[in-house]
Amino acid sequence: MKKENVPQDMGALGKITKEVCYATDNTGKYVTELSSGWDVKSGALDVAWKDVEERVARAKRRVLNGEVSPLLFFMEYRLMDIEILAGYSGFWKWQVKRHLKPDVFKKLSDKKLQKYADAFNVKVEDLKTMTVHEA
Amino acid sequence: MKLDFEHHQSAHCESGVTSSLLRESSSNKITEPLAFGIGAGLFFCYIPLIKINNGPAIAFRTFPGLIFKRTCNALGIPVIRKKFSSKGQAESYLIERLKEGHPVGCQVGVYYLSYFPREYRFHFNAHNLIVFGKEDDNYLISDPVMETPTKLTSYELERVRFAKGALAPKGQLYYPKSKAIITDEQIRKAIISGIKTNVNQMLRIPGNFAGVSGIKYTGKKIKNWRNKLGVEKAGSYLAQLVRMQEEIGTGGGGFRYIYGAFLQQAQAYTHNDQLSEISKIFTQAGDLWRTAAVHAAGIYKGRLGSQEDFNQMGDYLIEIAELEKNAFLALKNIKW
Repeated sequence: MKKENVPQDMGALGKITKEVCYATDNTGKYVTELSSGWDVKSGALDVAWKDVEERVARAKRRVLNGEVSPLLFFMEYRLMDIEILAGYSGFWKWQVKRHLKPDVFKKLSDKKLQKYADAFNVKVEDLKTMTVHEA
Repeated sequence: MKLDFEHHQSAHCESGVTSSLLRESSSNKITEPLAFGIGAGLFFCYIPLIKINNGPAIAFRTFPGLIFKRTCNALGIPVIRKKFSSKGQAESYLIERLKEGHPVGCQVGVYYLSYFPREYRFHFNAHNLIVFGKEDDNYLISDPVMETPTKLTSYELERVRFAKGALAPKGQLYYPKSKAIITDEQIRKAIISGIKTNVNQMLRIPGNFAGVSGIKYTGKKIKNWRNKLGVEKAGSYLAQLVRMQEEIGTGGGGFRYIYGAFLQQAQAYTHNDQLSEISKIFTQAGDLWRTAAVHAAGIYKGRLGSQEDFNQMGDYLIEIAELEKNAFLALKNIKW
């Protein structure tokens, strides 16, 4: 890639920091050039977040239908899988799987709910109601 | 407490951290491309059985941690690397090292990395940064991908050092144990060993998931993605490929341009004219990866989507595989 062709499209990252790209100057020598982003990349990132949104919406429907506990909603919202949630909450993976069942979740003690709330960075009350406060 | 440390922005976090931590020992000679090349950073790997963020597991670089390890080994620099089970110990160990005057490299997760834009915060646990001081409750951070130094509170740093999930950092930190003098002759030898390791990595791993044959295999697979997954999901898969290839940290073109820069800089130490010629092939490969990314964007943005478009996408990778195979064969055949 030639230095003058390093893309300068404004992306999510470009608002905070520019990134270093390697490109060749007119003598063919490699130099570094800052880039504020590339449409092709931000498009790919948009796809990833659209997928996340769809997963969150699907999880919400399933919780409201009584198929799964609200944990799934927050897992999708926080991009977590069972392993990551187990890591942050301190529960074993098999316990998390069990707590995904609505009936089991309803009987969880406040102490256990607090562990999940901390892992998701929300309040216990919000955990039960699937409320998200941050933008 | 603030160490005498100069922040340098780089393209890729691990080669950037390596280059920065070795700056003093090498009197600025170990640039980012040299660290990347000596650490044999260039790779390709696609593991169809594993999913990352619900998409394909594709990597354009070698396994996290190897660049720092290989570069220090090749230059004969002893390294201290430590993981912790206790958060308290992890912090007090870090503070002691800072008091001794060592800037320290840390492996962190980016999900809770507060200065990163929200759009970039996935559960990716192999990011690297340098801690070079502490003022009140704030650690002074040199994150190689950022333009300027930044800060994290002690709670924020603890949270990212103890991020959970795949490749959990477990508080891991690392630094060169002692300052060594690195000679040009050492650098020359390290470059040659780095190139040999990279040749093996790209040409000699058996099976079809890694190296040059991995690129070709992925190309063939992509042609089936439309039928197997449907246009939309196949588009998401291609978006993931493009993110791994072009996202911050790669220097563009799936690290191929950094490698091209490495070979140019390597020529000054090895006095081998072939290197600058081979560097041009990597520039071509990087350009072709980017052409393929533009085509992929056509698919995930919904402008393209026929089977013919997927065939074309696969053919790009097959062409790249051939190009990189020739480049690495040329490197392999150099008589040093």
